[in-house]
Amino acid sequence: MGLMEKCFTRAWGVHPETHKRPAADVPTRTLPVPERLYVSLSQHLGAPARPAVLVGQKVRKGDKIADPQGAVSAALHAPTSGTIVAIGEIPAPHPSGLPVLAITLASDGKDEWTDLEGCADPFALAPAEISQRVAAAGVVGLGGATFPAAVKLSLSAKAKVRTLIINGGECEPYLSCDDRLMRDAAAACVDGIRIMLHATGASTALVGIEDDKPEAIAAMREAARPYAEVCIRPVPARYPMGSEKQLILTLTGQEVPADGRPGDVGVVVHNIGTARAVHAAIRHGEPLVARLVTVNGACIEAPGNILVPIGALVEDVLAFAGGLAAPPARLIMGGPMMGLALPHARVPVVKGTSGILALAAAEVGARATEPCIRCARCVRACPIGLLPLDMARRIAAGDLSGAVRIGLKDCIACGACAYVCPAHIPLVQYFAHAKGELAAQERARLRAEATKKLAQARTARLAREAQEKAELAARRKAERAAATSATASDTGAPA
Amino acid sequence: MKPAYDAAQPLAAPHAHAGHGVRQTMMRVQLALLPATLFGFWLYGWPAFFLWLITLAACLVFEFISLRLMGRAQIGRTLGDGSALLTGWLLALTLPPWAPWWVGVVGACIAIVVGKQVFGGLGHNVFNPAMVARVALLIAFPLPLTTWVAPLPLGSAAAPGFVEGLQITLGQLALPDAMSSATLLGHAKTELSRGLDLAQAFAGSTAPQPSWVGLRAGSLGESAAPLLLAGGLFLLATGVIRWQTPVGVLAGLAVPAAIAHALAPGHYLDAGTHLFAGALMLCAFFIATDYVTAPATGSGQLLFGLGVGLLTWVIRSLGGYPEGVAFAILLMNALTPIIDHYAKPRILGRTRSGRPIDPAPAGKET
Amino acid sequence: MLAAVLSLTLLGALLGLALGIASRLLHVETPAIQAELEAILPGTNCGQCGYPGCAGAAAAIAAGTAPPTCCPPGGKAVALALADKLGLGLDPASMADAGPRLAVIAEDLCIGCCRCSKSCPTDAILGAPKQIHNVLKEACTGCAACVEHCPTEAVAMQPVPVTLPHWVMPKPLAA
Repeated sequence: MGLMEKCFTRAWGVHPETHKRPAADVPTRTLPVPERLYVSLSQHLGAPARPAVLVGQKVRKGDKIADPQGAVSAALHAPTSGTIVAIGEIPAPHPSGLPVLAITLASDGKDEWTDLEGCADPFALAPAEISQRVAAAGVVGLGGATFPAAVKLSLSAKAKVRTLIINGGECEPYLSCDDRLMRDAAAACVDGIRIMLHATGASTALVGIEDDKPEAIAAMREAARPYAEVCIRPVPARYPMGSEKQLILTLTGQEVPADGRPGDVGVVVHNIGTARAVHAAIRHGEPLVARLVTVNGACIEAPGNILVPIGALVEDVLAFAGGLAAPPARLIMGGPMMGLALPHARVPVVKGTSGILALAAAEVGARATEPCIRCARCVRACPIGLLPLDMARRIAAGDLSGAVRIGLKDCIACGACAYVCPAHIPLVQYFAHAKGELAAQERARLRAEATKKLAQARTARLAREAQEKAELAARRKAERAAATSATASDTGAPA
Repeated sequence: MKPAYDAAQPLAAPHAHAGHGVRQTMMRVQLALLPATLFGFWLYGWPAFFLWLITLAACLVFEFISLRLMGRAQIGRTLGDGSALLTGWLLALTLPPWAPWWVGVVGACIAIVVGKQVFGGLGHNVFNPAMVARVALLIAFPLPLTTWVAPLPLGSAAAPGFVEGLQITLGQLALPDAMSSATLLGHAKTELSRGLDLAQAFAGSTAPQPSWVGLRAGSLGESAAPLLLAGGLFLLATGVIRWQTPVGVLAGLAVPAAIAHALAPGHYLDAGTHLFAGALMLCAFFIATDYVTAPATGSGQLLFGLGVGLLTWVIRSLGGYPEGVAFAILLMNALTPIIDHYAKPRILGRTRSGRPIDPAPAGKET
Repeated sequence: MLAAVLSLTLLGALLGLALGIASRLLHVETPAIQAELEAILPGTNCGQCGYPGCAGAAAAIAAGTAPPTCCPPGGKAVALALADKLGLGLDPASMADAGPRLAVIAEDLCIGCCRCSKSCPTDAILGAPKQIHNVLKEACTGCAACVEHCPTEAVAMQPVPVTLPHWVMPKPLAA
């Protein structure tokens, strides 16, 4: 980057303390399968999955237990072998603490795989066949957005993308599961990337890895050496580098249109963890039943990365990681910048769980809110170029449409603004509230329109019925009149 | 045991913070002002110190009264955020150092009550409170606001002692005529209006000499321009302020001043004198950079700074007052909302007008 | 003196004439506000506002005799839309909105009399005679017209339960 460019391109993002080490350097551990697993039916973007098992049914590890429902949805598989003991509500891994439907599986302790059907030469398969197998394996985007991977693969094949971008940025502080994955399983990741290249029809894959992970970059370079189409591209460590639009801008210099998708600029972005899951699904026929989770934070006794079966309780994972050194100020699923604060630890790990953080009060740095002094630090931090201070002011005053006018819908909720706010204003909460409120208003509007049609239909029906009744009565009357006159004439005829 | 993280209210991300606060920012600005202020105390003696102290104390008192009247909670925390102190400090730096005590008190009242709390407190005021007070005082009490003294450094023979200084500040000791002096800009303005040109104006031995080190009559914030510049650079280095506003102010003043001086050296002061005279340094680094009343974006701040600089030069050179910083700031404050409206950053993936950009034509990239 | 008076009078008369002509020529058709307000209202004519049907309510709101918040089934969304149309400021947070409500039929009390389904303005209640009735959640506007028709008090209005996809992050408390 030239000096001129450095001076005049807009600086975006923030540089939070990473806290990634020492957790990133600890060898990966595997959580022994807990007695019970709670597989949530809504752990992907889109419609919840529909259970395909009955209570009491015996399943083996990898058996499908729920079918996708609708176009955007994903299948679920048994994370271990055992018996289905319940299908019902459990607390969701969500700040609201609301319930979610889940399948409860009692482990039989054998952890016995079902019959898996791998594929020795995936490049002989048709791209559509790969998408289908990825869908059957229930693979979703493992970066956190949990968009069904198969849907994305087939969409990008249709959109004729040229470049596949693999997000190995992992810009969230504390998290190191992608780092660890690239160090431990670089060959599998590269193989997954090559399969995805084949499935999407893209010609090159750019793997963006933040430059604070030299070990991962070295391992991936080594694994990708024989394949010219897979380029490892170190990117500067900056939050939110892992955001789709930012990574595309950094790696290709192209901007995704505000209302568009990366496909519009010939790009598709997948997470590195997804590449690994695609490799497992295609080469070995293994569905997505476990994932790597970073367990970190000052309150964790032994931080590190743990391979966790989907559906294990956060409580079990924390206990395995040596337990809590102190009661945490906040328990978080995901990273500290965008993760969800958990109401308690009795919630299950889902496919999108990249980390479990138990943060001490000093790490969270929460303080009472002060008035906005318009210092505009948020404006400089915003990666999108929004005015967070103005949006929050409008939302606070109840002017939601005003906030939308100045770009609320472009907000990616990365949290960079609230991270730097000296007045500790919960900017992201304002935006989340406004987005939720707008969605609720839109739902109410659609519903009102639908019920209005019903009401009009009913009014029309009643009017029609009344008319028909009146017509019927008139006809009867006429018939009766005709009959009486006929009898009259009959009786009168002989006279 | 109930875990500590069982929060009643759902908590939104992020769950981390860069760690600074409003108070730290205000304190850092005050730290940057300290060298210049100490230099001013030395230069003008005890009365300057007493006036400074009274202004700051009065600001705190008026802030407290306003918050109480408005029924605000946690008054202590708001007082402790340092914003009222900073306002008082900036106001004190723009006053004649030997002004009587009530000038500071009335100024503090105007700054805090009329300039800030009436709008809703910190973050809501349209105009810079210190400059509102400065202008109001200048218009309402022209005499004490334009009575400047020649520097009498502490320790020199004629310098007033502690008690004498207190008496001067309390208005019980009349200012001897011999001590009063004119500021550099004031002197130039007076002589120009008498029909003399600048060469003649600064020829006399009693005239204040243009110099970079401010050993001449003026406010606390005028005399120590190099120290203020150093304080400003400290703020730049620590990221409290950004370069756009100061560069804008300095350029906005220096460019027209240099052009005019080149055209008519007898009638217009040179750029160097303009930059180091009056409250320009204080303005460029400490007042025009006030977060609340300046635009939020870099381009807006540059525009704002240029406007302040240009207006200052226009008022100084063509207007009736010798110094125009305060007026320039207030005028540009009034324009801040409109600058903010037009100087918005471009949203990623949208054109400046807000429409989504056209994706690059397919096939352009290999 | 006279010239001044005359010229000013003339000027005033001419300008007045020009204004009059302009207002005729550039006349803007004011939209029938009542029809627009009625379009926003649910159209179920449930009568909870105290006016004869939604048309009556629209007339009252347009005349200013009824507040934009007078429609209980419409809730916050309708009130905001009405206030927006009328150019009135309305803080959504200030509205005491109990949230949308739904009719729920207690199965052990329902005798299958069909009276509620006949009264429903949106045909949201299903049920044949002597069969337990049920409410279609998607079609119920929460107007409560059915409640008073039930001879066994089996119909009750209950708030719509908050579910995970419909949960809204609460607004931060003001500083």
